Amino acid sequence: MLDILNYSFIVRGLEAGLMIALVAPLIGIFLVLRRYSLIADTLAHVSLAGIALGLIFNLNPIFSAMTLTVVSSVAIERLRLTRKIYGESALALFLSGSLALALILIGLAHGFNVNLFNYLFGSIVTVRPSDVTNILIFGLVVALLIFLFFKELIFISFDEEAARVSGIPSRMVNIILIVLAALTISLAIPIVGVLLVSALIVIPVVAALQLRTSFIRTLIFAEVFSVLSVVSGVVISYYLDLSSGGTIVIVTLLFFGLAWLFAKLTHR
Amino acid sequence: MQQIDHNRNIIEIDNVSFSYGNTIVLEDINLNIHLGDFLAIVGPNGGGKTTLLKIVLGLLKPTKGTVRLFGTDIKQFKDWTKVGYVPQKVTNFDLNFPATVREVVAMGRFAKRGLFRFLNQIDDRIISRSLEHVDMLEYQNRLIGSLSGGQQQRVFIARALAQEPSVILLDEPTVGIDVKAQEDFYALMKTLNEKLELSLAMVSHDLDVVAHEATEVACINRILACHVDPKEFFRGGFLEKVYGQNAKYLTHHH
Repeated sequence: MLDILNYSFIVRGLEAGLMIALVAPLIGIFLVLRRYSLIADTLAHVSLAGIALGLIFNLNPIFSAMTLTVVSSVAIERLRLTRKIYGESALALFLSGSLALALILIGLAHGFNVNLFNYLFGSIVTVRPSDVTNILIFGLVVALLIFLFFKELIFISFDEEAARVSGIPSRMVNIILIVLAALTISLAIPIVGVLLVSALIVIPVVAALQLRTSFIRTLIFAEVFSVLSVVSGVVISYYLDLSSGGTIVIVTLLFFGLAWLFAKLTHR
Repeated sequence: MQQIDHNRNIIEIDNVSFSYGNTIVLEDINLNIHLGDFLAIVGPNGGGKTTLLKIVLGLLKPTKGTVRLFGTDIKQFKDWTKVGYVPQKVTNFDLNFPATVREVVAMGRFAKRGLFRFLNQIDDRIISRSLEHVDMLEYQNRLIGSLSGGQQQRVFIARALAQEPSVILLDEPTVGIDVKAQEDFYALMKTLNEKLELSLAMVSHDLDVVAHEATEVACINRILACHVDPKEFFRGGFLEKVYGQNAKYLTHHH
């Protein structure tokens, strides 16, 4: 069984995948509870434009994706705060806008090369040795910042108004959350792909929520579902020669189904 | 026991007006909340009382006038943990939120502890004590969404208490809870006001609060129509002045 660990690209995929799997629910739980899941999808599409820019100008695509996504995430949050535009309309603007930009850039670069295709659907082959280091470093930074603002994020997700009244700097914490979401999504794209990254952020959390338990235990369950999905997804996709992103997301859905069934049978 | 100085103002509202566009919601309100008061702010729906509460909480900026909290202008006020807030539960919370009663009350300690600091044993003790004050300690591991309306109300009061405030502001706290729970609620308010010496200000469209434990009544219907003793309130014909001819319906069970 462990023979697959002799392939360095599998080990790299697992290392990077494990880090992403640990960080995704930390972001996901707050996005889901704030009814903001769709921002993950939007930021993923912005990442695609960032990756296209990186490939054209010969920059590290992870870094160009991160930069563009972080900038856009702040812009989306500011647009939402002006209240001149509905939150989800702001998301739609950025989702289709960045996809359009990506398409034009791809056209300018004379077509759809294999490289970009891997970013769309995710593949552990896409993960280069330098990517693993970047994913580990930035993943740790994201996890640390979530940890530092954990109590403020919980309060704001539960009752933003009461949190503000008690003196919690809600604007700053909101911006931090959205920037960290942008970073996490850019990091996760090489493995799960643009089209499926939001699933990894959202589905393990939604599965854990079915179990209707405390906040901390919901987060722990989401972490367990996420890590098991990524590890088994990478291994299964290797043996059956399937897409790693697709397999990972199907496994998360399996966990959701099981959690939902368990909740139904135990009348939670 | 040290006597409370009821003449000391903790919240001063000076000439406050508020408009949404061309609609004047509040006009020249002057109202002080004194130390140790249990102030009932009553008035018809749409009369501006919740707007006034939001101005005092810093959630809305007055179009005109000033608010001072504990002697400091609200624009410079930093000591927000002194001001406890119990939101109107029906509007402000998601029944499916995965949090236990204890986790909700712990939120009251978050701002007190400050950024980058974690709750410690002292916080734990204060959380337990706050739960005891509202008689909800035995429910601490239940999910907030699994409780009745009245119980949820108590948990939100415990969250405000965990902040160790000097004053608690409550927005329509009796909406959506049954009669028995309302009686328990008023008994709890009396305990907080008299035993814990907390100042309370409560916005309500329901005149029950006046008949119960309030020590002062302010009626808001765009203007401050009265600011009197509760006994005087029913005597003085303020009811008709504030609510119009239908006032009798509001007090039918007294």
